[in-house]
Amino acid sequence: MFDFAKWTSFINDLLLGFLPEWATVLVECVIIGVLVLLAYALLAIFYILYERKLCAWFQCRLGPMRVGRWGLLQVFADMFKILLKELIALKGTDRFLFKLAPYIIITSSVIMFACLPWGNGLQIIDFNIGIFFVLAVSSVGVLGILLAGWSSNNKYTLIGAMRSGAQMVSYELSLGLAIITIVLFAGTMNINELVAEQTSAWFIFRGHIPAIIAFLIYVVAATAETNRGPFDLPEAEHELTAGYHTEYSGIHFGFFYLAEYLNLFIVSGIASLMFLGGWMPLHIPGWEGFNNVMNYIPGIVWFLGKAFFISYIIIWFKWTFPRVRIDQMLAFEWKYLMPLSLVNLVVMAVCVALDWHF
Amino acid sequence: MSDIKERISKICPSAAFEDGENLLINVPEADWYSLAKQLKEDPSFNFDVLTALVGMDWKDSVGVIYYLTSTSHDWDVIAVKVIAPDLKNPMIHSVSDLWKVAIFQEREAYDFFGIKFINHPDMRRFFLRNDWKGHPLRKDYDASQEANPIPTEDEKNEDDTCSYIEDEKGNIKRVPGKVFTEEDYVVNIGPQHPSTHGVMRFRAAVDGEYVKKVDVVSGYIHRGIEKLCEGMTYPQILHFTDRMDYMSAHQNRHCLCMCIEKALGIEVPARAVVIRTMMDELMRISSHLLSFGCTAMDLGATTAFFYGFREREQVLDIFEKTCGARMSMNYNVIGGVIADLHKDFVKDVKELIAIMPERLKEYHKVFTGNIIAQNRLKEVGYLSKEDAVNYAITGPSGRGSDWSCDCRKKHPYAAYPDVKFEEVLEKGCDSFARYMVRMREIEESCKILEQLVDNIPEGDIRAQVPKIIKLPAGRWYQQVEASRGTFGVYIESIGDKTPYRVHFQSPCFNLVGVMDLCCSGYMIADLITIGAALDFVIPDIDR
Repeated sequence: MFDFAKWTSFINDLLLGFLPEWATVLVECVIIGVLVLLAYALLAIFYILYERKLCAWFQCRLGPMRVGRWGLLQVFADMFKILLKELIALKGTDRFLFKLAPYIIITSSVIMFACLPWGNGLQIIDFNIGIFFVLAVSSVGVLGILLAGWSSNNKYTLIGAMRSGAQMVSYELSLGLAIITIVLFAGTMNINELVAEQTSAWFIFRGHIPAIIAFLIYVVAATAETNRGPFDLPEAEHELTAGYHTEYSGIHFGFFYLAEYLNLFIVSGIASLMFLGGWMPLHIPGWEGFNNVMNYIPGIVWFLGKAFFISYIIIWFKWTFPRVRIDQMLAFEWKYLMPLSLVNLVVMAVCVALDWHF
Repeated sequence: MSDIKERISKICPSAAFEDGENLLINVPEADWYSLAKQLKEDPSFNFDVLTALVGMDWKDSVGVIYYLTSTSHDWDVIAVKVIAPDLKNPMIHSVSDLWKVAIFQEREAYDFFGIKFINHPDMRRFFLRNDWKGHPLRKDYDASQEANPIPTEDEKNEDDTCSYIEDEKGNIKRVPGKVFTEEDYVVNIGPQHPSTHGVMRFRAAVDGEYVKKVDVVSGYIHRGIEKLCEGMTYPQILHFTDRMDYMSAHQNRHCLCMCIEKALGIEVPARAVVIRTMMDELMRISSHLLSFGCTAMDLGATTAFFYGFREREQVLDIFEKTCGARMSMNYNVIGGVIADLHKDFVKDVKELIAIMPERLKEYHKVFTGNIIAQNRLKEVGYLSKEDAVNYAITGPSGRGSDWSCDCRKKHPYAAYPDVKFEEVLEKGCDSFARYMVRMREIEESCKILEQLVDNIPEGDIRAQVPKIIKLPAGRWYQQVEASRGTFGVYIESIGDKTPYRVHFQSPCFNLVGVMDLCCSGYMIADLITIGAALDFVIPDIDR
């Protein structure tokens, strides 16, 4: 399999050749920052079009068709429009917090994005608490939502923010427990090692029943974490017009919008990392020829393909299911999902202890 | 109830009777409340539905005509005429404690005629702003712009209300009040809101996510149709009906045409009668499909919305071919219909009937059967049968509370006596029951269409009507079953080319009347669900 580490170390050596070490790090940081933001923006644009086209197909429509062929340029046009819009300052808002909130959200989203393993050696930070760090950062996003809802001085946004707070705090538990189940199985939190563990077969196959249950719990909890339907209560369009970001305009609104789509990609990416092998190709133990053929497909294609597939499922949910009510949503988490995750964790521990896995 | 006159004379000797289309009882104001109580509560009368409340201005006096229906006595209708004793400061005793539907109806009469209702709990205007000067349906109303310049500021006193309370000695005192208290956290839903289906405004006092009280603020699309009618000839007023409940355009216009035909004594040709019936049922299908779509949409299931619209397009195509329009069809005219059926009509209707059962199954698969949808709809917005009768909630919403109130069965008209169909009833009394009534009514409408589509008689589509239509002096009341309930038209004529007074009794007006009752104690999200399941259309409320 191709190792991107060769490239990165080549660039590193090249820069060290004529620059002192601190300057090398600085240059590398800048390059990586630009690349991450570029990938972030491009993926967001892709995701917006992806969702619009998918939902159009679900709904017997065509979706955007006018700008560019098959509407491919529609999102670019929308983005330019958003950049040109005025940032409206409202009376009675807490100016500082109002402006701070979208940056908190986009920052937490970009940091999570930076942790994803894109391919063999194609990763920005690799440290021993990798997945734990991702979980921790994902919790910061809710702060932005709460601030946005509170500082807007609007009753809809406040209700939306309160719902969001309750929802995020609750579903984080199941999300964390589902991930811990896999961490328990893998015995590591390091993202690279997690992927490497799945060389023989993906965790969802190796961990069989508890892993599949964990995967299902993860997908449900992740849908709730990203505020997507049927759990899109914080912005419940038909109740709260737009929920916590009702009062935002221009690029500040754009940040919420981008973060929402990218969070969808990020949770899908994490699902693919934890359950479907990350960038690891599909390997079936014993089928060497098949495995070798699979290895020819680059890791980045595997990673993106898996992430897009999981996003597809989450988008499918959203456009088919009605929205749940706040009490039903909380009851579902605390009465069913969390106890199930706890039981599942125990089952996994038993499986690991007795070596009942592949 | 043949001896009704004698029995009423016994209770209320001062009552005078006028025979007509319906028996009209003239009652002095002083005796009205006690008579009303008897009519409602005495089981031998049992007039439990206040069908219509029509404010009137006869120039030398103002008053109210009440239309009462007895559900247990063959849906008999009587009218009661009450004149306010003092023209300068007209006051009539409120019957809102007997028939709850009168709470809003009396507010409308106060708004338009300035009649103050004694002991009414909340005597505010209904459509117009509280600072409006004059009462527009009074014949001496000053409609000039100087009297009511376009306001440039918000209403300052929208929370203020008052009651006119009578003490034991008969003195009437104005008691001011407030709609909400200082502590209430009031969330404004509307007039610009995705789920109010138009420019409707609800002010909801909430406690966390729970709704404590809902105040309906109406009138954002009020066009004064009843006032406009008074200045137009009968053929000219027809088009207004299409613009009230635009989802019941055919039924509403059918009703107005029938009312005028009844007054003129015109016999409508058999072909026109069948065409009208079929159009009414197609309209009902289209309306219920829209309602399905919007309910799904309001609950967040956007895909189901498009499914409903897909089939609705097909109905609208049928309308377009025959009527030339997809909305505001302007199809019924006095004496019949305006144009003959398009040559594809029969084929298109048959196609629609053929696909509907499959499509309904698809709806149930994608939406009705969904566990989230069921949890959202079931046991939400409870409305007991007693309340449905008391608030005169007719149509699918009333039948969802197990109240058999279908006007097509109770006062059969057009071709309905000749076709077989079931009145759909559900016992749930909740939003899910209302929703299911609509879905099942689509099937029943298809059944009616199936029976009629091959049996459209040949002949004229329009009866001969005089060039200048003048109704004889008198009053008429006609009801039909519109998509959302019983739609009534009241016409009073003094023999002119223009009506003296027209009143439209719209079903949606009553539907918003139960919003407070249905929503209290439920959550904000349920308010949207309840609104969607009651399925009101705003222009029908505001007229």
